[in-house]
Amino acid sequence: MAKRAPSSWSVRAYLRRLATGDVVAHMVTLIFAASIVLIATLLVFQLWNNSAASRQQFGWGFWTTQTWDPVFEHFGALPFIYGTLVTSVLALIIAVPLGLAAAIFLAELSPRVISDKVAFLIDLLAAVPSVIYGLLGIFVVVPLMRTTIGPALKDAFGFLPLFSGPNYGVGFLTAGIILSIMVVPFIISVSREILLTVPREQREAALALGATRWESTWKVVIPWARTGITGSIFLALARALGETMAVTMVIGNDPKIRDSLFAPGYTIAAVIANEFTEATGKLYLSALIELGLVLFLLTFILNGMARLLILATETDRGRAS
Amino acid sequence: MKGFRLIWRKSVNMVMLTLTGVAAFAVVSVLFLILGYLVYYGGRSLNWNFFTQLPKPVGETGGGMANAIVGSAKLLFLAAVIGLPIGLLGGVYLAEFGGKTFGFVVRYTTDLLNGVPSIIMGIFAYSLVVVPMRHFSTLAGGVALGIMTIPISLRSTEEFLRAVPVSLREGAMALGSNRWKTIATVVLPAARGGIITGMLLALARVAGETAPLLFTAFGNQFWSPGWNQPISSLPVVIYTYAISPYDDWHRQAWAAGLVLLGLVFVTNIVVRTFLMRGTSYERS
Repeated sequence: MAKRAPSSWSVRAYLRRLATGDVVAHMVTLIFAASIVLIATLLVFQLWNNSAASRQQFGWGFWTTQTWDPVFEHFGALPFIYGTLVTSVLALIIAVPLGLAAAIFLAELSPRVISDKVAFLIDLLAAVPSVIYGLLGIFVVVPLMRTTIGPALKDAFGFLPLFSGPNYGVGFLTAGIILSIMVVPFIISVSREILLTVPREQREAALALGATRWESTWKVVIPWARTGITGSIFLALARALGETMAVTMVIGNDPKIRDSLFAPGYTIAAVIANEFTEATGKLYLSALIELGLVLFLLTFILNGMARLLILATETDRGRAS
Repeated sequence: MKGFRLIWRKSVNMVMLTLTGVAAFAVVSVLFLILGYLVYYGGRSLNWNFFTQLPKPVGETGGGMANAIVGSAKLLFLAAVIGLPIGLLGGVYLAEFGGKTFGFVVRYTTDLLNGVPSIIMGIFAYSLVVVPMRHFSTLAGGVALGIMTIPISLRSTEEFLRAVPVSLREGAMALGSNRWKTIATVVLPAARGGIITGMLLALARVAGETAPLLFTAFGNQFWSPGWNQPISSLPVVIYTYAISPYDDWHRQAWAAGLVLLGLVFVTNIVVRTFLMRGTSYERS
């Protein structure tokens, strides 16, 4: 009798240890999950803190000034913002029609087996490292631009200021073309998946009313998927804005605002990549980090909006079905 | 009049549908163009020395990138050690323990981190590691890449854990196993294939990253013993060689590009075909 008391006591202790095992597991995983939030907070904190010198020195004028002069420590971000926006918009102008058309083909026309195979190849295209795009940009696209594409565009649209001026091969247009190839896989794979979730009845109803295949796609399926497709475009835009290496290698790296798409320019990500290691002086470094802060905020807002839009399509679908 | 309208609509239909096919074909052919160029130019310059020798000084032809290959491997190892545990355990938290509000915060932050341009990660690792240490190092590069592996590995871990049927957990619980033991011995092994897929894809993605290494790992013409010195890596070497004015370096850059692309593609293809087995992995 006397021996049983300790044994039942130890069973209870064992049970308690088991219970705490769960608690320990919960706590450990919680710490790791929380560390992600910590990393993100630290990231924002570092960007904000390290750009303090530049923010105090230049204030809002930083965003409207065109000079970038490391020697006299006078920094303005306008040429970089201009370059970033121009290249990204060019990329979207090329990539959105192309990507959307390809997504329509994969979701609406081709058999599922082929569609899945092609989607796999598109995923591979998305996995190509950006420095490889830069390599091909320098040695393939830039010469092609100088000898073939540029002169052809000049012959056709040379009267527009956009396509006038000397053509060096490097510049906004080359960067835009490379960027469009880099973001097109994101548009295709997200749009394709959204198109595939459009209910079959929608298409059948349109076809039954006498619409052609294209009319049912363009007037019924696309409007149904519009929000999600917009989301995929925002994702692509966020990628294009933040893309560094490929753009750095083909844009010409010249901080000037010019009308011509053939002219060399500069983007935010490219100037950080090029000048960060050689930035002497606190103000120079801090100006570069302020550029980084803005790039971060831009992509943050765009990504957030993209997620919300894609989420909205998905919940719409949940309600409809 | 009506007949004309019908013909018009039918021809629009034909033209537009053909155009979508052309677009899909064009995008896929870009992939093969990229592969073709790299195999053509890279293959010509690739030889045994490339894998075994150090870079030669400017002006001398030949030499290789043995140090960059080892450097990339070391950086990836560090990235795996730093990033993957956070991805794995964070994913376990989200799938198994996550509260609604905090779970949402973690998930949203992860998506946010995934969208951060890689050059910003470079600035972050610079101010986190390089500034306190006062010099570029392998460690700093590993930290930058490690953070970048977290989002993909975490979200895929969560997704595959959620896909494990509840009946499996209930079976383990019914046999008297408690929660963490169920997770460790039943749920995680069941989702193993998918979790490893996510991790390898995350590593394949950061293997090609150049921007975060420019001012963290920096670069090195020689071997880099230990973890404390600047180190060479394949993507950074491709970049510096490609923008250099020397033909021999261009040749080397193509060869390095072929090796890097081969590495990334083989990982992607093998992982996606053998480990996935019909499960759907959310691309981000």
